[in-house]
Amino acid sequence: MKNKSKVFEDIIHGIFLILGLITVGCVLLITVYLIIAGIPAIREIGLFKFLFGKTWASTASPPSYGILPFIMSSIYGTAGAILLGVPVGFFTAVYLAKLAPLKVKKVVETAVKLLAGIPSVVYGLVGMLVLVPSIKKVFNLSDGASLFAAIIVLAIMILPSIISVSMTALESVPKEYEDASLALGATPIETYFRVSVPAAKSGIAASVVLGVGRAIGEAMAVMMVSGNVPNMPSLFQSVRFLTTAVASEMSYSSGLQRQALFSIALVLFLFIMLINVALNFFLKRDKEK
Amino acid sequence: MENVKTISLARENTKVSSGRKTYICIMKILMALSVTFTCAITIFIIGYVLFKGIPNISWELLSTSPSYLSGKIGILPDIMNTLYILLASLVIVLPLGVGSAVYLTEYAKNKKLVGIIEYASETLSGIPSIIYGLVGMLFFCQFLGFQTSLLAGALTLVIMNLPTIMRTTQESLKTVPQSYREGAFGLGAGKWRVIRTVVLPNCVDGVITGCILSVGRILGESAALLFTAGFAHTLNGLISIQNGVITSGLSSSGSTLTVALYVYAKEQGEFEVAFAISAILMILTMIINLSADAVGRYFNKRRSS
Repeated sequence: MKNKSKVFEDIIHGIFLILGLITVGCVLLITVYLIIAGIPAIREIGLFKFLFGKTWASTASPPSYGILPFIMSSIYGTAGAILLGVPVGFFTAVYLAKLAPLKVKKVVETAVKLLAGIPSVVYGLVGMLVLVPSIKKVFNLSDGASLFAAIIVLAIMILPSIISVSMTALESVPKEYEDASLALGATPIETYFRVSVPAAKSGIAASVVLGVGRAIGEAMAVMMVSGNVPNMPSLFQSVRFLTTAVASEMSYSSGLQRQALFSIALVLFLFIMLINVALNFFLKRDKEK
Repeated sequence: MENVKTISLARENTKVSSGRKTYICIMKILMALSVTFTCAITIFIIGYVLFKGIPNISWELLSTSPSYLSGKIGILPDIMNTLYILLASLVIVLPLGVGSAVYLTEYAKNKKLVGIIEYASETLSGIPSIIYGLVGMLFFCQFLGFQTSLLAGALTLVIMNLPTIMRTTQESLKTVPQSYREGAFGLGAGKWRVIRTVVLPNCVDGVITGCILSVGRILGESAALLFTAGFAHTLNGLISIQNGVITSGLSSSGSTLTVALYVYAKEQGEFEVAFAISAILMILTMIINLSADAVGRYFNKRRSS
């Protein structure tokens, strides 16, 4: 009897172990599949030519597969979104975490949560019908679908993650730090910006890295507002990101072109992995303190 | 908060140099601008979508399938597809996510293994949806032979939502007092019995929160579904309705609301329908947010009482 129940418990333990290992399996599956699918095209085209080629003409003959325009567009777009989104998110987070009356805080927090919950295609739709025409009008362009439009949409999309992560970091700053600063004669605002913010800098850095990850991985909203032409990036030109390069040609691609799309996904995946490592670094440093 | 107020009151009476005053002033202005911008943009997007979308929602739109003959567009197939995918992915992801959370908090003793699993789940939550879509297409549609189908889409979403369910369940498992477990063990219960009768019933709130979050994510997902569930909403939606049985619907391709929105807006230029769909999605998002808050509050109250 005792043996029987022991066997039963062992079986249950085994089942849970398998369930626990599923996430690891999924990560391995994704990595392995991307590598297997992505390597052949890079081999055929040549790593250097693939990464640093400036023209992408997958349907021309002879086709040329250079993804530098996509890489640069993704980097520029993400940098622009961070440049616009981080300051707004940062100041909002400081206000909400430190200064806002409870009622205001609740209302704004709800708004931020809603912003986070809006599907990316809805951002794309609003961007396509409001932002793109107004950019066209304001800057007198022939087409408003541009890197600039993508940057603005991305900046808005990363706001919620920046605000909520920075807020958590700011709220966990020990009260004694602030009290000491106040007692030494600093005003509350000076205290928050010169004591609380430096104390929470790991968390704030993590929020920025998270924003970078969101921005670089966003596909649908960018596809709808950026015009989707494989140009080298320039602010008011139509561009194509790494994500949209994959999404836009997948449905009709074949052969080497299809394999090249997998290689683009592999490059994107490497970027994301780098960002993950950075994120872990900042979060761990925060925990250790 | 209160002593800050008294100190700041006291501060107003003392002299602060003009340099510091401008610094404080600039910071205040920047904060006011940022908060105003954040709120304004939220109100604008929600207001704009609802204002443009709600007039276009009609019973006919909601209850019919698109037809080329009459040239009318209906989104019933898309609604049904969304429901199928939601149900299918939740049914699969719940046992997996809850199971792995239970393993991590109740069984796992090897710290290294726990670290690896947690790192894997963090990695999963950082991977962009377009990559999920691609791998889902390669693995589920091609390797496992599901073709472009709702089932393949649902399975892709299962991987995407695994970390969410895991995290929320784990968090609520951690709040189950250790003494409950010890009490049950002391009464002679085996590990599985303790988990089944003591631990799991106490983590319902985490599971529900995870479910709500996942529903929100599935509703809003589009990039991962484009290549796995497909976007031929017209014909395939019809098939899944005619058969009426969920399994038959799952094996055919079909677009969810978000994918349909993308197709109508970007490829067909049907902005009225697109706005109607976004208004529906927006309302659903609000309901999900509210219910997540309500569930959190309900369980907090129950726990503290």
